Amino acid sequence: MQPSDKLSLADLTVGTAGRISSVELDGLLRRRILDLGMIPGTQVECIRKSPVGDPIAFRVRNTMIALRSDAANLIKVYPF
Amino acid sequence: MHEENRGRVLREHFGIAAALGQYVIALAGNPNVGKSTVFNALTGLRQHTGNWPGKTVDNAQGTFTYRQKPFLLVDLPGTYSILAHTVEEQVARDFICFGQPNATLVVLDATCLERNLNLALQVMEITPNVVVCVNLMDEARKKNIAIDLPALEKELGVPVVPTAARKGEGLDTLRETLYQVSTGARKSIPRQLVYSQAVEEAVEKLVPTIQRLIDHKLNPRWVALRLLDGDKAFIESISRHLELQLSPKALQEVAAL
Amino acid sequence: MSGTVKPMTTLVNVCAEADKIRLSTDSTLSDTIVSDIYANAEQIARKVVTHKEQGESSWDTRLDDILTSRLFGYPIMLALLGAIFWITIEGANIPSGMIADVLFAFQDQLTEWFVLAGAPAWLHGVFVLGLYRALAWVVSVMLPPMAIFFPLFTLLEDLGYLPRVAFNMDSLFKRCKACGKQALTMCMGFGCNTAGIVSCRIIDSPRERLIALLTNNFVPCNGRFPTLIAIASIFVGGAFAAEYETVVASLVITTIVLLGIATTFAVSWLLSHTILRGEPSSLVLELPPYRLPQIGAIIYRSLIDRTLFVLKRAVIMAAPAGAITWILGNVYIGDLSILAHVAGWLQPLSYAIGLDGFILLAFILGLPANEIVVPILLMSYLSTGQMIELDSLDELRQVLLDHGWTWLTAVCSMLFCLLHWPCATTLLSAYKESGSIKWTFLSFLIPTIIAFAVCLVVAQTARILGLA
Repeated sequence: MQPSDKLSLADLTVGTAGRISSVELDGLLRRRILDLGMIPGTQVECIRKSPVGDPIAFRVRNTMIALRSDAANLIKVYPF
Repeated sequence: MHEENRGRVLREHFGIAAALGQYVIALAGNPNVGKSTVFNALTGLRQHTGNWPGKTVDNAQGTFTYRQKPFLLVDLPGTYSILAHTVEEQVARDFICFGQPNATLVVLDATCLERNLNLALQVMEITPNVVVCVNLMDEARKKNIAIDLPALEKELGVPVVPTAARKGEGLDTLRETLYQVSTGARKSIPRQLVYSQAVEEAVEKLVPTIQRLIDHKLNPRWVALRLLDGDKAFIESISRHLELQLSPKALQEVAAL
Repeated sequence: MSGTVKPMTTLVNVCAEADKIRLSTDSTLSDTIVSDIYANAEQIARKVVTHKEQGESSWDTRLDDILTSRLFGYPIMLALLGAIFWITIEGANIPSGMIADVLFAFQDQLTEWFVLAGAPAWLHGVFVLGLYRALAWVVSVMLPPMAIFFPLFTLLEDLGYLPRVAFNMDSLFKRCKACGKQALTMCMGFGCNTAGIVSCRIIDSPRERLIALLTNNFVPCNGRFPTLIAIASIFVGGAFAAEYETVVASLVITTIVLLGIATTFAVSWLLSHTILRGEPSSLVLELPPYRLPQIGAIIYRSLIDRTLFVLKRAVIMAAPAGAITWILGNVYIGDLSILAHVAGWLQPLSYAIGLDGFILLAFILGLPANEIVVPILLMSYLSTGQMIELDSLDELRQVLLDHGWTWLTAVCSMLFCLLHWPCATTLLSAYKESGSIKWTFLSFLIPTIIAFAVCLVVAQTARILGLA
């Protein structure tokens, strides 16, 4: 799947937040992300990155979810 | 008669041996909400673990007595939703739906209610015999999160019990509420979910046919939503559990869709 | 037209209709359904939940900053793991000794009863010296460390720390096309490989789950630690001045453990690129807030679970193994026991990999339970006809030296112990979890091949270089 060059969760620096515009993932991964509440319109904040930079921990709906950058790249956010 | 049938279904399909007259309660909730703490608090040491039949998914069952009535608490795997895309979700969904527990206890985390409500609302679409337990109230207090519980109960239409299971708070009320719902002393009208127009229209088209087929064994709206979600495994589940005559050809047709 | 409509057919029709609708809408209906449910949830939460002002950064954010930081994250992890090992090993010593005393005292009682009953010597041998002894052994060796390790581990889990471990380690696993949660299954494996195999359920992707399952054996479990420690203490410790003995032995053990971890990564990588090829699924890991666990309840529950497990294993696996071992060691064909005969046959192969026939045979007979490997070895060496253990390390060292042990034998034994096939309980678990004989067989074969290969290379290289 070619990632469009829109802004994504992976582009958020630690401490910044964005609102999800689209989820360009497939299959089970997509369902899991949506089930966790990361649906279009949701506010997501980048909390921290692992010691080597990947995965990245995000706060969404007052919970913390860690994603690898390859998945975070495909969750697009509205420009800010 | 109904009781014996239920006993048989529980035994054969879910590997659960419920004694006659024992109230069966399903325990659902997100991972990390303290579901095990609630389970342990209610059942103490009277529990045993195993697997769900034919699956490598943990199953824990425990018993307790309240007001001289026996209860069997079945711990379902922790899931974020029961739209059933993983084996764990299927197991949870199948049990709540076809195991016909007397009550389903959904444990929520008070510190992230929104995401937890996702599961609770889905469960409420399957069965009206739901008790919502808002756990980790002590954590919520620490984080300055306040929850208007009566308002929540009004919004949901099912009993809501606040607990801090780790500290033993709220457990008596929980037992009492489970008792009332299981015995039928307290009936609920759960909030009906409102979907967007496209979905509602689609559901309306399917509900009449479904109602005719399933009679009143299941909530037809929920069945319609499952089908619209593309949940093929659900058809197989329905056939197996409601014991409709299964023709291999028909199953193939469904699989081919 | 008959009034009975075949329910199934109509169900198919409903499905078809549903599918038509589903595929005719612009956006996926499934996504809309999920969004709608959340919309309902949001609406309710907005009315019902109030967040009052929070302090600047709560203590758990600060804790996370440290535990997942570049500077402290990894060292703290290693330190914690080391601490758990140390507490387990040290803490288990006294209880192990106590339980051993009780159980072996009871053995004498059993012997008395057998004598009183006028039972034949062989019956006493099989049941008391073989079966009961092995059982007593396993219980006294395994129960205390498990009773310490597992509660500690569960404590960390309930605290919320373990997901942070997966978070820190994920990138390493990603490079092997595996899942960060494998770090957790490995940690479980340190306690008991059987528990490690079962814990692989936390990995969602079947492919990655299998990788974790097949490599779990490369972390040494509580049952193998006594063997490793004994050999390390004797040989490596013995070569250094007394005050450095424990330090050096600890270093050796740490090296062995790190080797095991390295092997895990190497084999995971290999599997991902050969028989378990496939795209890595992406990690979705919840990091729950830190919470103080119910320490009392955890210890209590863990203790009961582990005790039951050890007892079951002792009775089902170890006891029969003990009986069989006694028979092999006491039935003579010519002037050698069967045990000695088989050891003789195995000698050429064993020598090639730096061991001797008795050592390899001890490992083979230790399939049901790794803890009985050293007792069986001593039994063979001393032809005592019964499994024994020696109280002092010096005695043990002397026996081994008397039977031709060199530093190479020690090294190869430790390597073999680390890498060889899983114990019977673990294999059974592997079968239950994988549901396939093929993968279970591979979980046996892969470690075996690696153990033989590594020991072969080490032994031959050392000899060629004239070091042994």
